[in-house]
Amino acid sequence: MTTYLCIVCGFVYDEAAGRPEDGLAPGTLWAAVPQDWACPDCGVAKADFEVVEI
Amino acid sequence: MTTTSTPLPVIVIGAGLAGWTTVREFRRLDSTTPVLLITADSGDFYAKPTLSNAFAQNRAPAQLVTTAAAKMVETLNITLLAHTHVQAIDATARTVTTAQGVHAYRALVLATGALPIRLPLAGHAAAQVLSVNSLTDFAVFHAALTRMSGADTAHEGGQHPRHIVVMGAGLIGCEFTNDLATVGYRVTVVDPSPRALAALLPEGASAQLQAALSNTGGAAGEARVQWRLGRTVVRVDAAPNANAGQAPYVATLSDGEPLHADLVLSAIGLRADTRLALAAGLDCARGIVVDAQLQTSAHNIYALGDSAQYGDQATGRTLPYVMPIMHAAKALAATLAGQPTEVKFPLMPVAIKTPALPLVVAAPAPGTSGGWIRTNETEPGSEWQWLDGAGVVRGFVLAGAATPRRGKLVPLVTP
Repeated sequence: MTTYLCIVCGFVYDEAAGRPEDGLAPGTLWAAVPQDWACPDCGVAKADFEVVEI
Repeated sequence: MTTTSTPLPVIVIGAGLAGWTTVREFRRLDSTTPVLLITADSGDFYAKPTLSNAFAQNRAPAQLVTTAAAKMVETLNITLLAHTHVQAIDATARTVTTAQGVHAYRALVLATGALPIRLPLAGHAAAQVLSVNSLTDFAVFHAALTRMSGADTAHEGGQHPRHIVVMGAGLIGCEFTNDLATVGYRVTVVDPSPRALAALLPEGASAQLQAALSNTGGAAGEARVQWRLGRTVVRVDAAPNANAGQAPYVATLSDGEPLHADLVLSAIGLRADTRLALAAGLDCARGIVVDAQLQTSAHNIYALGDSAQYGDQATGRTLPYVMPIMHAAKALAATLAGQPTEVKFPLMPVAIKTPALPLVVAAPAPGTSGGWIRTNETEPGSEWQWLDGAGVVRGFVLAGAATPRRGKLVPLVTP
């Protein structure tokens, strides 16, 4: 499981945790996150996230 | 005007999130108009909100740069004047003056950001008080903390616990407090308000946040974070016995209490940096006043981000947060590309990065009648809604396990 960081605001998407409030169950891989999903903190598009290892 | 072979550029002043995002959005719409970005710093792109939670993530200043300036310049095909101060703006001649020369513009974007508010402090060490509002500031802060961590390791055992005094119990003060306490520092938070985040939260939420932060990181009951509310720091002096392993500073509070401190951090708020705009004769109040298309009082000069005041002189508001910047930059980019576009801000809840008690706050507009009501008490976490006189939901606060309900609350709110 990998963790992804929003390069704009620092929001972290953790695949293991998913984001249930957006309909992304725990374990949802980044590749399976819809293209129109946006950062909940700043609204930046999925394409502007990058991989980070925390 | 003289005829030139190349079209006049769009000039952007400031390479923070507002400046860079405007350029990036503009390039999506217009790949040919020259863009000149002028910045007093390096121009490296970084996520400013991460400055207040970098310690717990063990990230050094250099690691916070997500895209180096050179890469931004290449990707966006622009000209960057880094480490360059703008000396003057001539709104009539439509020029910007720097040490490099006089630059004519087609349109000018002011993305000059905000400056930390610093209150005058007495004491010989007042100048040693730090503020963190940029990556450069953060590097100074990080170096100061790293030095004392080194000292700590060398003197394990009898060493006093490292103690940071944070001035300000607002958003940034609380975020830094959480970050520092998580990695082991003792923190004392000083604020004239009677409670933490008093401007944003209902009393019950402030109480929860203070309790959660007090116990951050340490053993139960250790109270790693202490609160000195209803008070201010009035002076900062060098401690008399600093060489004997004691903390180097003494911060004296308004009630006379001395706090020995290894470092004093001022986080009492930001004010828009309107210096250039004022000097150019633009209308400014709490920020550079802009209309719905983000144009200032001068034709073809625009402003956005922490430096801007959205709305008129009297009732306009500053919105020093990430999400408003993204919305404003998209609208402004369209306007600059020839499609005049008004910025429309949706409800923009702010996530406060206090992992001890995560918070999502959608504050009601200033001046909204009504008050906070505790709601959905049987659900996990804590929830408050701001109800106006007619019972309409105008804002909300979600704390702890309630934060995932953000998506359910947003549609209920009439901004």
